[in-house]
Amino acid sequence: MTELVSTTPGLYPLPDWAKQELSDLKGHQKHDLISGTEGADIVGAYDRAREEVVSEQGDAGLDRVVEGQLRWDDMLAHPLTVHENVETGGIVRYYDNNNFYRDPQVRGELSFSGDVAAELDATADLLGDESLQAVLPGPYSLSDLATDEHYGDEADFLDAVSEFLAGEVDAFPDHETLFLLEPSLVFSPPGEDVDERVAEAISAVSDATDADVVVHTYWGALDEKVYAHLMDADVDAIGFDFVAGDRDQTLYNINEYGTKDDIALGLVDGQNTLVEDPETVRERVEWTLDNVQTQTFDTAYVTSNTELFYLPENRATEKLAALAAATEDELEVEA
Amino acid sequence: MSRDAENREQFRPEGHDTEHFLLTTVVGSYPKPKWLNRANDLAEDPDSKFTQEHLHEAHDDACRVITNEHERSGLDTVVDGEMRREEMVEYFAHRIPGYEFNGPVKVWGHNYFDKPSVVGEVEYDEPWLVDEFEFTSEVASKPVKVPITGPYTLASWSFNERYDSEADLAYALADLVNEEIEQLVEAGATYIQIDEPALATTPDDHAIVGECLERIVAGIPDEVRIGLHVCYGDYSRIYPELNDYPIDEFDVELCNGGYEQIDVFTDPEFEPDLALGVVDVHTADVESVEEIKENIKQGLKVVPPEKLTVSPDCGVKLLPREVAYQKMENMVTAAREVEAELDAGEIDLDAPVPQAD
Repeated sequence: MTELVSTTPGLYPLPDWAKQELSDLKGHQKHDLISGTEGADIVGAYDRAREEVVSEQGDAGLDRVVEGQLRWDDMLAHPLTVHENVETGGIVRYYDNNNFYRDPQVRGELSFSGDVAAELDATADLLGDESLQAVLPGPYSLSDLATDEHYGDEADFLDAVSEFLAGEVDAFPDHETLFLLEPSLVFSPPGEDVDERVAEAISAVSDATDADVVVHTYWGALDEKVYAHLMDADVDAIGFDFVAGDRDQTLYNINEYGTKDDIALGLVDGQNTLVEDPETVRERVEWTLDNVQTQTFDTAYVTSNTELFYLPENRATEKLAALAAATEDELEVEA
Repeated sequence: MSRDAENREQFRPEGHDTEHFLLTTVVGSYPKPKWLNRANDLAEDPDSKFTQEHLHEAHDDACRVITNEHERSGLDTVVDGEMRREEMVEYFAHRIPGYEFNGPVKVWGHNYFDKPSVVGEVEYDEPWLVDEFEFTSEVASKPVKVPITGPYTLASWSFNERYDSEADLAYALADLVNEEIEQLVEAGATYIQIDEPALATTPDDHAIVGECLERIVAGIPDEVRIGLHVCYGDYSRIYPELNDYPIDEFDVELCNGGYEQIDVFTDPEFEPDLALGVVDVHTADVESVEEIKENIKQGLKVVPPEKLTVSPDCGVKLLPREVAYQKMENMVTAAREVEAELDAGEIDLDAPVPQAD
């Protein structure tokens, strides 16, 4: 019997009060964005906002609780844009969304930062019995979102980003699960020479933790070859987007090349305000598992396909409740 | 194919000094007077005695001032600077049944937008812009241009809960835009500009925009000038397809990129009139008249003078107000000087811009 685990890929919308308060405290321009050295007022506002999104996840009954990544002004590029050896360039488009981030220009060695570990320490302090889930960009996506002005070679840069992330993970407090978000594997897939190295780069990060590691992909189906290489990564699960993606291609990849013993299913739309009923989500879970003919799973993570910051706060909160209710044992759906 | 763009002559001012006529216009938005922002804040403050009626009066006053500012700069066609609009999607979504608002979403940093959701069938209820148009044309002595956010952008920058696809939603909205333009034409409007910035980010959807435009212009008389404004994108992705759009004029932002993309439009032949951005709206440095004249000549590489309109790259609302004014005034002066040089045969239309060494 597959255990269903409700979770999210993190990057929550700020609560509306915090949008206003932080915009007043920080300002609206490029140089006002988070630097990693923010003052006490700003830290205080983020602490209160974190407490709120952590308790919302607990109230919703999610099986994994994330920090919410509310400080990540630059979305998945955040771990680099706050790094001391990275300068921020112009504002660039975030994939093909109407969202923008500061281009992280890596000018020196990607030494240990500890920024994300500090956020997770603060989160761990807020938790009772709930299980913490850490969230990071995967090494391929983070290197894809950045500009390398130091390492000089695409492969060396990927290795450096991977080592950097592994160092960060090593400093994390105890966590049950680590989600590595890799939308770039779909959006701008690695070329011939790099695709083989991606699995090694991901494994290096994964090896830095004893937690279950999920590499989550979204905004479409993975190219067959990219998927075949990704299967070499030493992780517990691969995550798939069954909302925005080409489902047939995703199912083909899974049925043709197999997948890990666990799986993550992106079944709730992180980019549309229409809130799915728990029954609909559960039907989608069952449909998907039925269509994977080759294997059964120990664990299926049930999640939104993308980060949640695209949504207004009220709808994001409602989606948490739908995810949690969809994985309840007693939920009955008509097959 | 493009509409018959003969309708530009109606905008030639009486007593225009030169035989050549380069239509001068603006894209639409203009910096709001500081006092209007203050009035907006007061109207939202429940403890203030400033009412919605007071705000309406403030909007009227601001429209008078900015329309007058456009006229003083010498423009041939004017806009009220979109004084009544805060945001280009929200303004229309508030007026279209079928939309609802759930709260702000992030664009970047702490810049948010009340991205609306389409939860029901979109419908035409009260006119969106007719009151605004009637007011502005009453206070203006020049013809008034009406900018409308296009249906593709209204669809793309919303959450679509109701329609099977974004294209279906865009087509439904295009029918409403058509209805609105009919009302505007009835009220006397002669110059409409459809703004489709979303096309720049998803150029592969150019056929959807084309179908929207067919719906928008259905039944609209030829003497009404229809422009399309698309900014900040890779124009090669929508050219030459845009030659098939049923529009009189295509309005582009190219000054910001130093006209790097101008050659995109030279082959095959450009069909609609070209409305060329000749001042940059992202720099507060005011271009000199000489500089703007050279920019105007870039347009002559694409179309002959009788098909060239000049305008700023995009809305100027983010500039300091005095900078916005000076850019418009210099732009008009430059256009008038180029017209005189054209009359005098001083510009070689086969090679209007000197080749770089």
